[in-house]
Amino acid sequence: MNRGYLINLAWRSAWNRRFTLALTVCSIALSTFMLLGIERVRMDLRSSFISAVSGTDLIVGARTGSTQLLLYTVFHVGAATNNIRWSSVQALEQLRGVAWVVPLSLGDSHQGFPVLGTTQAYFEHFRYGEQQPLQLREGQRFHDLYDAVIGAEVADRLGYRINQRITLAHGTGKVNFGADHADKPFTVTGILARTGTPVDRTVHISLEAMEAIHVNWITGVPLPGMHIGPEEARKMNLQPKSVTAALMGLQNRATVFSVQRQVNNFAAEPLMSILPGVALDELWDIVGAGERALLLMSGLVALVSMAGLVSVVLAGLNERRRELAVLRAVGASLYHVLALLTLEGILLTMAGIVTGIAALAACILVLGPWLQSTFGLSLQLGQPTPMQWLLLAGLLLAGWAASLLPGWRAYRLSLADGLSPRI
Amino acid sequence: MSSNLLELKDLCFAWPGSTEDCLNIAELHVRPGETIFLHGPSGCGKSTLLSLLAGVIVPQAGYVALLDTHWGDLRPAARDRHRVDHVGYIFQQFNLLPYLTALDNVLLPCRFSAKRRDAAVRHAGNLRAAAEHWLTGMGLNAQVWNRPAHTLSVGQQQRVAAASALMGEPDLIIADEPTSALDEDRREAFLDLLLPACTTTESALVLISHDRRIAKRFSRQISLPAINRVTFDGEVIV
Repeated sequence: MNRGYLINLAWRSAWNRRFTLALTVCSIALSTFMLLGIERVRMDLRSSFISAVSGTDLIVGARTGSTQLLLYTVFHVGAATNNIRWSSVQALEQLRGVAWVVPLSLGDSHQGFPVLGTTQAYFEHFRYGEQQPLQLREGQRFHDLYDAVIGAEVADRLGYRINQRITLAHGTGKVNFGADHADKPFTVTGILARTGTPVDRTVHISLEAMEAIHVNWITGVPLPGMHIGPEEARKMNLQPKSVTAALMGLQNRATVFSVQRQVNNFAAEPLMSILPGVALDELWDIVGAGERALLLMSGLVALVSMAGLVSVVLAGLNERRRELAVLRAVGASLYHVLALLTLEGILLTMAGIVTGIAALAACILVLGPWLQSTFGLSLQLGQPTPMQWLLLAGLLLAGWAASLLPGWRAYRLSLADGLSPRI
Repeated sequence: MSSNLLELKDLCFAWPGSTEDCLNIAELHVRPGETIFLHGPSGCGKSTLLSLLAGVIVPQAGYVALLDTHWGDLRPAARDRHRVDHVGYIFQQFNLLPYLTALDNVLLPCRFSAKRRDAAVRHAGNLRAAAEHWLTGMGLNAQVWNRPAHTLSVGQQQRVAAASALMGEPDLIIADEPTSALDEDRREAFLDLLLPACTTTESALVLISHDRRIAKRFSRQISLPAINRVTFDGEVIV
């Protein structure tokens, strides 16, 4: 019996059952798609979280919890209990080993998106993901006092283009309690490229602008009877007296602990500084429950997929009982029958897996932008992770085992029925 | 070497999981070229006996030997090889792979047995000529040779199955009720073709049927209940 003929026979037999087999391939493809898709979402969820900030050595703020400091400086969630004085920011810049300091001022919002007051240095030094700098998709940075640079999601959600006029609201809630800065409208001058980080959801203005819109405000409310128009505000001293926090970069990363100690022991006012990476890990431990739920779901999907795969292959092959009996009668040995069954099982599983991977890749390419804008999930096409390889191997093994089972059954039947199986 | 093609002695067989013997036969032999009609009521173990003769299953006691080779002495793979080299098999129905043509179905045994391939080539010059010879011999004209098996009528399918069993001129042809799916005219026509073909190839034929009307056309008739010492009630007559 030559091997080529056996493969030819397997092909002719498979072609004869092509519709059933196509269904099997589709089902395996769907399983692959689900498994890899969930794993992809899980991985990218984690990486988009971890990539929220990089290239910053220390984050400095008023004394509070490290998680809280990270939440409002990086994720713009929650509020600071205390500000830090401008003089402290200036003093920080003078510390030995400090390369740059980017002050951050938070507290206002636009349509629910947080407003960040900062300096030009923010665009120079802020990094996310793999040390990637911020890039403008359109327009330019803020130059005039009432210029604003918006994140990609702000632009896409609200449909803003360059030169759009916007007004900012006081406070961070979506609901406007009538306390807003409608008297000093801003112009969008730049839209940042998408980063998959909280930057996408942020409206950036200069520190001076932040000061300008609050010149006639005291402790969160406008002073009654005092109105200062936008042009009058330009002429005032807009040097901020305090900011919410600051990002800090060092000349040498090795000095991070000594600088941290100096900041924490700062004499003029109580400050604290955190290492973003460490704080991100701590925070992930808290919010990572969602990730663990996804992992559990991956496991369940894997189990169900493999069970489905086994049953589909089994059901498909059971209809071949008569065919196998004919082959046995014309002289095919059990070895030939097993070879036919496993050959088909493995090829089917591989076809299904390849189809599933292709479908997933196509989905990520086609639906990626929509997923990003609707769910804030940035999915990456990339090398499969070790976990994904493991899942694929599991699928292949399950397919192979599933095709062996009917072989074993055929063997048992040939022992029990003789050559003429009962129908 | 005995003059018997097939020899069976002191055979006891019970299906796995069954406590009672199904068959208990003292002796049975088939000489080369003999045509044997094996009959008995449904459920008396005719098909089981054929499976034992073809070495698909082996008895718990006693032996069955084909060409002096005891089936029980061979490993499963060797049994498969010995079977395809020397035995052609015809079922009651569904003998063919539906997706192959009639011709390809006839060629199948020669794909698995070098011995039968060589024999076919020796007699007809090449494999295809041998297949066409037997298809013609079974009354099938060239128009049906290249049709897929599933498009053939039941009568045509049985004749293709017979042609396939005759390929390479095996020493023994076993037919398990090959005519019971055919009407009376076709049954006679089928035997009119099969019996002379077996004579030509000098193959022995063991055919089982419960239809006694065709019995007279065979060289020997065996009633299974008469040689089986297990009665229908499962008792052994000593």
